[in-house]
Amino acid sequence: MNSDYAIESHGLTRRFGAFTAVDHIDLRVPRAQIYGFLGPNGSGKSTTIRMLCGLLTPSEGTAQVLGHPVPGNAEALKQQIGYMTQRFSLYEDLDVEENLGFIADIYCLPRKTRRARIEAQLERYDLIEQRRQRADTMSGGQKQRLALAAATLHAPPLLFLDEPTSAVDPQSRRDFWETLFALVAEGTTILVSTHYMDEAERCHRLAILQRGRIVADGTPTQLYAGMDALVLEVETDAPGPARAALDSLEHILSVTQLGVRLRVLVAKAVEDAPERVRSALAAAGVEARVQPVHPSLEDVFVLATDSDGAEP
Amino acid sequence: MSRCLTRLGAILFKEVRQLRRDSLTFGMIVGIPLIQLMLFGYAINTDVRHLPAGVADQAQTSLSRALIADSQATQVVDIHRTVRGPEELERLLQRGEISVGLYIPPDFGRRLQDPERPAAQLLADGTDPVVLMAARQLAQIRLDYDTAADKPSGEPIFEVRNFYNPERRSALNIVPGLIGVILTLTMVLFTAVAIVREAERGNLELLINTPVRTIELMLGKIIPYVLIGLVQVSIILALGMLLFGVPVRGALYQVYLAALLFIAANLTLGLVISTAAKTQFQAMQMTFFFFLPSILLSGFMFPFAGMPKAAQYLSELLPLTHFIRMIRGIMLRGASLADMPGEVLALVVFAGVTLTLAVSRFSKTLD
Repeated sequence: MNSDYAIESHGLTRRFGAFTAVDHIDLRVPRAQIYGFLGPNGSGKSTTIRMLCGLLTPSEGTAQVLGHPVPGNAEALKQQIGYMTQRFSLYEDLDVEENLGFIADIYCLPRKTRRARIEAQLERYDLIEQRRQRADTMSGGQKQRLALAAATLHAPPLLFLDEPTSAVDPQSRRDFWETLFALVAEGTTILVSTHYMDEAERCHRLAILQRGRIVADGTPTQLYAGMDALVLEVETDAPGPARAALDSLEHILSVTQLGVRLRVLVAKAVEDAPERVRSALAAAGVEARVQPVHPSLEDVFVLATDSDGAEP
Repeated sequence: MSRCLTRLGAILFKEVRQLRRDSLTFGMIVGIPLIQLMLFGYAINTDVRHLPAGVADQAQTSLSRALIADSQATQVVDIHRTVRGPEELERLLQRGEISVGLYIPPDFGRRLQDPERPAAQLLADGTDPVVLMAARQLAQIRLDYDTAADKPSGEPIFEVRNFYNPERRSALNIVPGLIGVILTLTMVLFTAVAIVREAERGNLELLINTPVRTIELMLGKIIPYVLIGLVQVSIILALGMLLFGVPVRGALYQVYLAALLFIAANLTLGLVISTAAKTQFQAMQMTFFFFLPSILLSGFMFPFAGMPKAAQYLSELLPLTHFIRMIRGIMLRGASLADMPGEVLALVVFAGVTLTLAVSRFSKTLD
């Protein structure tokens, strides 16, 4: 019960007919941390989260979530977890207080503390002024704060967030992450799925998912260190020809264009990679500046998902 | 137990709150019974009166004129056209200008004395069975009248005594049945849509992640509609009495008791539909799929006894069939539910089976 991990899974698999949405996922989510699932749409993020909440029965494999076995008694688990859906799923035609009151009763919050708890959530999530406002008239950021306030109303030790920031502006996203860190400081474990690199970078640990499998996992630092590639930045006035020249070169894992710059991933095994790239570009008659740079999470992601994609 | 009631209450009050804000649905709760009662009560009239008719009187005697006058006096036909011969009557019939044609041949007087030959002819538009029935009725009446003057054998053989509805008003038969028809439509539709709507709007994704139990969700969803159903019953009863003078010969609480049973059966059916339908549109289609046979087979429109055996068995499965028997019994014949234990049992079984089906079909997982 008092394991160091809020979630542990072994070979968790889910098939829908012939399609394998989640393929033998082994997961260890430490308590009081933010664990991120990074992956494109259809990579199995939501399916994994749904299995861990007991909404979907695994086709294979098991998990322990807060000490509860999965598959097992999902109802006992539900009182202890909070879940924020991808789409706003509170009632649009109820106001903020009514929505929170409804959730409070669904979780059977004690009468004595119910009122105070709702007030505290309104305060914390900056919804005091909106308390009488109907949800369908609120902005994306306000709705998201309301959804988080509802998901944490019963103070669950484990929180699942399924792409929580897909409908909000950058400032709201920043604020949202501040509140997540505050929750973690109070001991909450958070599992969040996202396809934003900057969000993934903020997680304590993360797993990169590709076609239902974890293709890389660890802390962001571990992921950078474990990268099997060198990142070069090529600055040029002729990115098109430069790209063509690099594509024909061996051991180039990926080329991504960012305006007038190209981000080039070269296999680590290649010796003196910057010089090779320079000479290849010079041979093609392209004037360019080439220099090694610090890897970003996007590089890790591209490398992890590309190499997997190349497999048969 | 108290925890369970908190959750049930939460769903119930939320539902009522949403209903209050949904002015369209709220309007339908009152509007549907009002409009339907007006429509059915005034428009549907199975006592056929004032059929457009044509006459071809080739006899032109005082007797033939008396026959025409008698026919018109029954009010079953309104004579619009007077023509020369039967061919013209047929043409008018074909063009739909008349529904009934009276043909009196030149030898009408002699034919009357001859029991072997019909004295006159009624041409009826048989495509509408109601018209045909009215024409037969007319033939009966005429025989009584005319032969009384000339023929000793023309005594009426049967005297029809009309119980419970001496004035032969359709409204008397229709209004109690209409309670059932309106409840079938609104109750099944409202509950069927209520849960599907939550699924469509994404609310269900949140709910299945909470400790709420299926039975709490289901009961919380249907209890508000029980009250709405009773409000509708009251509206129809009050208007039925005020506008159509429909009596309640049995006890009023018996009417409500029967309605309550029937409402329960429809709501649980609505829940079953909601577990099968994926969209509100599907839920509506399924409701109508159920609603039409209910109207046609329950005995609301056509007499139950006239249906083929297979249709009768089928209609025994419909709650409306049993409710119509119950409500007509209570309101028109002064019976009580104790007189009709079979109908009560049928509704109880129906509600029990559908509720069990709904609860077992509804899954808190997405598998």
